[in-house]
Amino acid sequence: MISQQQPAILFEKVSKLFGNVKAVDQANLEIRDGEFFSLLGPSGSGKTTCLRMIAGFETPSSGRIYLYGQDVSSLPPYERDVNTVFQDYALFPHMSVGDNIAYGLMVKGVPKPERRKRVDEMLELVQLAGYADRKPSQLSGGQRQRVALARALINHPKVLLLDEPLGALDLKLRQQMQVELKAIQKRVGITFIFVTHDQEEALTMSDRIAVFNEGRIVQVGTPAEIYEHPATAFVAGFVGTSNLVSGEVAKRITGREIRFSIRPEKIHMGTADAHIEADSYSADGVVRDVVYLGLYTRYLVELNGGGDLVVVEQNLKTTSMDVLKIKGQAVRLHWKKEHIREVGGG
Amino acid sequence: MPSNVSYTQKASWGLTLAAWGGLLFLHVPILIIFLYTLTPDETTYTFPLPGITFKWFGIAWQRADLWRALTLSLQVAAVATVIALVLGTLAAAAVYRSHFFGREAISFLLVLPIALPGIVTGIALRTTIGALDIPFSYWTIVVGHATFCVVVVYNNVLARFRRMQGSQIEASMDLGANSFQTFRYVVFPNIATALLAGGMLAFALSFDEVIVTTFTAGQQTTLPIWIFSQLTRPRDRPVTNVVALFVMLITFLPIFFAQKITAQSADTEGGSK
Amino acid sequence: MLQNLSTFLYRRPRLMLALLLGPPLLYMVVVYLGSLFVLLLNSFYYLEEFTGLIVREFTWRTYAQIFEPANRDIFVRTAIMAAAVTVADALIAFPLAYYIAKFASPRLKTWLIIAVTMPLWSSYLVRVYSWKLILAQEGILSWFIHLLRLDGALNWLLSLPGIGGSSLALSPIGMFIVFVYIWLPYMIIPIQTALERVPASLLEASSDLGAKPFQTFRTVILPLAFPGVVAGSIFTFSLTLGDFIVPLSLGNSKLFIGQAVYSYQGTAGNIPLAAAMTMGPVVIMIVYLLIARKLGAFDAL
Repeated sequence: MISQQQPAILFEKVSKLFGNVKAVDQANLEIRDGEFFSLLGPSGSGKTTCLRMIAGFETPSSGRIYLYGQDVSSLPPYERDVNTVFQDYALFPHMSVGDNIAYGLMVKGVPKPERRKRVDEMLELVQLAGYADRKPSQLSGGQRQRVALARALINHPKVLLLDEPLGALDLKLRQQMQVELKAIQKRVGITFIFVTHDQEEALTMSDRIAVFNEGRIVQVGTPAEIYEHPATAFVAGFVGTSNLVSGEVAKRITGREIRFSIRPEKIHMGTADAHIEADSYSADGVVRDVVYLGLYTRYLVELNGGGDLVVVEQNLKTTSMDVLKIKGQAVRLHWKKEHIREVGGG
Repeated sequence: MPSNVSYTQKASWGLTLAAWGGLLFLHVPILIIFLYTLTPDETTYTFPLPGITFKWFGIAWQRADLWRALTLSLQVAAVATVIALVLGTLAAAAVYRSHFFGREAISFLLVLPIALPGIVTGIALRTTIGALDIPFSYWTIVVGHATFCVVVVYNNVLARFRRMQGSQIEASMDLGANSFQTFRYVVFPNIATALLAGGMLAFALSFDEVIVTTFTAGQQTTLPIWIFSQLTRPRDRPVTNVVALFVMLITFLPIFFAQKITAQSADTEGGSK
Repeated sequence: MLQNLSTFLYRRPRLMLALLLGPPLLYMVVVYLGSLFVLLLNSFYYLEEFTGLIVREFTWRTYAQIFEPANRDIFVRTAIMAAAVTVADALIAFPLAYYIAKFASPRLKTWLIIAVTMPLWSSYLVRVYSWKLILAQEGILSWFIHLLRLDGALNWLLSLPGIGGSSLALSPIGMFIVFVYIWLPYMIIPIQTALERVPASLLEASSDLGAKPFQTFRTVILPLAFPGVVAGSIFTFSLTLGDFIVPLSLGNSKLFIGQAVYSYQGTAGNIPLAAAMTMGPVVIMIVYLLIARKLGAFDAL
């Protein structure tokens, strides 16, 4: 029986070795029932290997994986209640769209009329009603993506795994699918585990995110936590853009020997003689570069004592003509002390 | 005319002539056999033909020894093809799915029987059959043919595996199909035409094989052995023409279709081009 | 049941691999390599002349027989034939391969490739047989030569010692023609494959730099196609070396390796000598393959 109290997925000290390479190193992870959970990290960071271990394509070298309390560590893929949407969709080219979607029911021996009924429901869900008789080769990338989703969801898995499913789509379609995926998840109420290397995508869609680097999980948290309280310099750099300040420069600004990150949008850029409140840090410098990006402008400021900071300001009142004039001017940067994040190494 | 973006040279007439000359050299001799099936001349290969007759087809049809030879050849080719299909597919699957030590050696071992001159395989089998006191039989021929047919199936199936989207197998298992169901519903349909092409090639290869067969057949006569005996000691010249034509057609068709299948699947699956 | 078996195997990938690989490997190792080993073993036995029985004792004396003048001549004769056939095939194959690779339209190319590949797979024996008809004294070639009033030249050619004979159908010249014909596709395909890999931009660059077409051909195309020629020559050489059908059908009393092996194992019952002689082509091919690999010919296979 599924107990709602139990985590959907639980990793206990899971490691995976490929030869001598540690793809996943002592990962502990808890994914809650009904969550939209993202595994985020650069390629080769171990996120896909984790997904493949949940799906059953790989067996952990050590450690245990539980699916709603059941130890599934060494179960083959076809004996776990988990389905996957593949990066390349992996539709069967020799079957129609309908047969693709019905595949899971067919191998379980569900009778044909019932199969047909549920395929139609699924096609409805992914807005492809009437496409059952087409071949996958006759569909567009976005449509194939929906078929892959329908094929996985028809089995009512306890957990749905999505392996960079939007990677092959163009930006517009991608943003549309992000919204749609989220809506579908709400409707079906299944736990979604989403692998991506795109931090923006992870921030937009997830309830919680696990950030991977070099086979380790470096931080788990909500998008806001991850963005605003990055646990390490790596997270600060990988999620959003961030200024990382350390050594002499950090000491000059804060008076302490720390390493900290500060988001570009938290920094205010004032005139060289701007007044600084007691609750703020400041640094003087010269604007070396201006990039006008329409919605906002990005400045590169070279600090007087060495080092540089990236600053972003929205173009609320300024035009491109205004901001470009700033290049070469001396400025004073300041930001609230509470906005810096002290970060560890790694 | 504006200067062409795609730069194509025209072949010089010398090259064109040499190329088409080579092609004619490759194909005209076979056509001569067609001609000679119609000759009324029983004892020589006189050209121009002294007349035209169709009687040899009827005479060949009534020859019991030819029917026996044909039956034997067909049986051998069929069984050798089945063995090659099973062994070749197993080897291709093993090489495709795992990266074990010595994969290269497997390919090398399988290709050896067609890389070395046929006489090596033939005399090796002949020697072994003699050393082990195995009586010559239908099976000694089949065993010999299977050794060089396996690689044909292996190559075809392995190439298809490599073009197949690997995640399909994972997707099938992920959707609840066990290994056997996955083979039946996903792997088999994907490699079916490769099996067909490989099987037809293997069949044709076996059907007109003569070199290895000479050493493994003993007193038995396959159709190629029958033709070979006519080559060295011509007794039934006009009938031989008919048989040669027949053997050619029966090997031509499967090979032609196998080539078409391979070319087509390379096109539809976006193979390299 | 199947589900359990499937799971059992899924958890044991090595066992699964062994089950897949076992049957083909067992077959090839036992039947094929095993036979080759028995062949090697037999080449170290010898035939007792008086009793006609094979003595199963290790000896080099069978190999020594190969170097007797009669057998040595067979090797030299066969090697010369194989070399001549290889050169002729390369000369005939090159223009056709070049044409297919660089000048034929895509549609024509597909057909040409099929036209070249077909004879490689099919009807070896029938194709030999067709030349029996063509080369016959009363046959189509003689008729054609007569038509051109070239009988004198033919007779002169056939009277040449070493390569001549009573007619084209019974002479080394005839055998040469048939060998060239039979193995030609094995030369065309590797050359075509090698030329296919020469990017068009390279040719353009060459002509762009002022090379005349022939210079481009000699300095760019020929060197790049060479591995293909070597790859093709592996086949033409090896196949000529081991063939006995053509010499038996069109040759005269001067034996070739394949023919000698065939008659030693057959009527003479001298399996050790047949085995030792077969080792000749095997060794020659191994040496050839090693050289060819150094020249990068395997990439063109």
